[in-house]
Amino acid sequence: MTAPLLSVRDLTKTFPTRSGMFSRNKLAVHAVDGVSFDIGQGQTLGVVGESGCGKSTTGRCILRLIEPSGGSVVFDGKDVLALDAKGQQALRRDMQIIFQDPFASLNPRMTVGAIVAEAMTIHGLGADAADRRARVATLLARVGLKPEHMGRYPHEFSGGQRQRIGIARALAVEPKLIVCDEAVSALDVSVQAQVLNLLKDLQDELGLAYMFIAHDLSVVENVSDRIAVMYLGRVVEIADAADLYARPQHPYTEALLSAIPIPEPGRRKTRRKLEGEMPNPITPPGGCHFHTRCPIRKLPLCATERPEMKPCSAGHMVACHLRG
Amino acid sequence: MSVGPAAEPAAPTTWQRFRQHRMALVGTVVLGLLLTVVLLGPLIWSVPIDTIDFRARLALPSAAHPLGTDDLGQDLLARLLYGGRVSLAVGLCAMLVAVVIGTLIGAIAGMSRGPLDAFLMWVTDLFLALPTLPLLLLIIYLFRDALTGLVGPEVGVFVLIIAVVGGLRWMPVARLVRAQFLTIREREFVEAARALGASRLRQVVQHILPNALGPVIVVGTISVAEAIIAESTLSFLGLGFPPDTPTWGRILFDAKDFLSIAPHWALFPGLAIFLTVLSINFIGDGLRDALDPRKVR
Repeated sequence: MTAPLLSVRDLTKTFPTRSGMFSRNKLAVHAVDGVSFDIGQGQTLGVVGESGCGKSTTGRCILRLIEPSGGSVVFDGKDVLALDAKGQQALRRDMQIIFQDPFASLNPRMTVGAIVAEAMTIHGLGADAADRRARVATLLARVGLKPEHMGRYPHEFSGGQRQRIGIARALAVEPKLIVCDEAVSALDVSVQAQVLNLLKDLQDELGLAYMFIAHDLSVVENVSDRIAVMYLGRVVEIADAADLYARPQHPYTEALLSAIPIPEPGRRKTRRKLEGEMPNPITPPGGCHFHTRCPIRKLPLCATERPEMKPCSAGHMVACHLRG
Repeated sequence: MSVGPAAEPAAPTTWQRFRQHRMALVGTVVLGLLLTVVLLGPLIWSVPIDTIDFRARLALPSAAHPLGTDDLGQDLLARLLYGGRVSLAVGLCAMLVAVVIGTLIGAIAGMSRGPLDAFLMWVTDLFLALPTLPLLLLIIYLFRDALTGLVGPEVGVFVLIIAVVGGLRWMPVARLVRAQFLTIREREFVEAARALGASRLRQVVQHILPNALGPVIVVGTISVAEAIIAESTLSFLGLGFPPDTPTWGRILFDAKDFLSIAPHWALFPGLAIFLTVLSINFIGDGLRDALDPRKVR
């Protein structure tokens, strides 16, 4: 097996907080707590989990939009966290991000053409203004918009169209990896499918790799090669998409899968409901983070010792004392 | 799939949006008229501003004195035209000074975070807490002679007043700009720019500042009015222009003791200040809307 495009090991990010105005003892939110995964060239890794589980923070740490507290990120053989300013600038061309909220992610005071062209200006792509214009036109056409839309402002477009503008902006620097941070979560289901298809087509055409962050498994099912399930800052299970759906190992994954509605009248499915709320990440439960809500029988070990990721079958890893 | 607002004409430009703001247009015309009259008026109405004529003391408007005269029989129209140059120049320049200083300090504070931010906001609070008048006295006593010796009495006082009035009015702008920066810098489109490798300067100039400017423009226009009034206060205290230099504020103050006998004396400079401030406020409103592409009428 060749080296993966992106290799993340033991990534951690803690945000310091203080419990009260006058309190001296500093606490920290462990937003990302020892996350490891690989993404191969042209592959898609789906990352799922509830809100607040650290999936967006993970994505931003990889891009160094947030400085990670620890761990390593190796992209294309380069240690991302050790790059100097120049190296980081080069990295910006290779890794891009598409945001969740298509209404917040585009500067309302710039035209679509200016938004897409900005990346080229920053990185000195394109021979001159006319050449960049032509490139912008091509990109807009590529994502299903019209070149005439160049002179318009973002507020004149619908959510799906704005997301396409965001995709065009990310593509402008010809990246190898795009982090899609809940890229379709804010869209209608029908528009979701269109944007997902667009992303898929772009992947086939340009050999892009995606890190696809979403909060529900049904969205990532169709686009992902591999899927990582996160809970409270940790990856609890990672496997090939088909394998994960067919043979979920972690009780949390089982619960998530059972929550996907099946559009088939009369069919009943046993739903595994999760009790309670996600614990506060400032004071996560000891041992396995999930043990407070775990529906299967608990060992004393669950509350005291952190379960390591261990393989349960080829390419399928799970972090559970009871499984694998 | 069908995408996009179909082939409509391109988005309106800033100027087109500004034109649709009727009151802003009226304000522009009025301010333009005031400026023209003040700049060209003295060429046509060539009555000297300081001819004392006790026979025409406190005269009502007439053919000889279209706006009447003051208690020394000086022609009010001539004095208003001359004073308008000073007042408008002071108001606009002081506003510029306040907005530029305030934006710079607010932007640096909003971008830096940490100790520099804390220090700059501490300075801002300090300036807000300072009693203005004693400080003005101090500054003017300290620098007036040096500056007038350097560039002549008129220009020296002008520069000093602009520096003092503008220099003591930047704090609200700085706070406003900082608050705007703190929210806008966390917006996703700024993060997207960061992800694209935009330098800090580019993030500020291209993305944050244009989105922060709306309220700043409004505060800026209000400070024009404040500056015109502040100049008259200074003149009144004998700290501004010499008493024989008429400015709108100065004329207004001189007129206040004769309000019951000669209301026209106060009326015209008051009207001039009122019209200026009002039209600048409307222009500010229009500008704010015109700079925001989302505002479509």
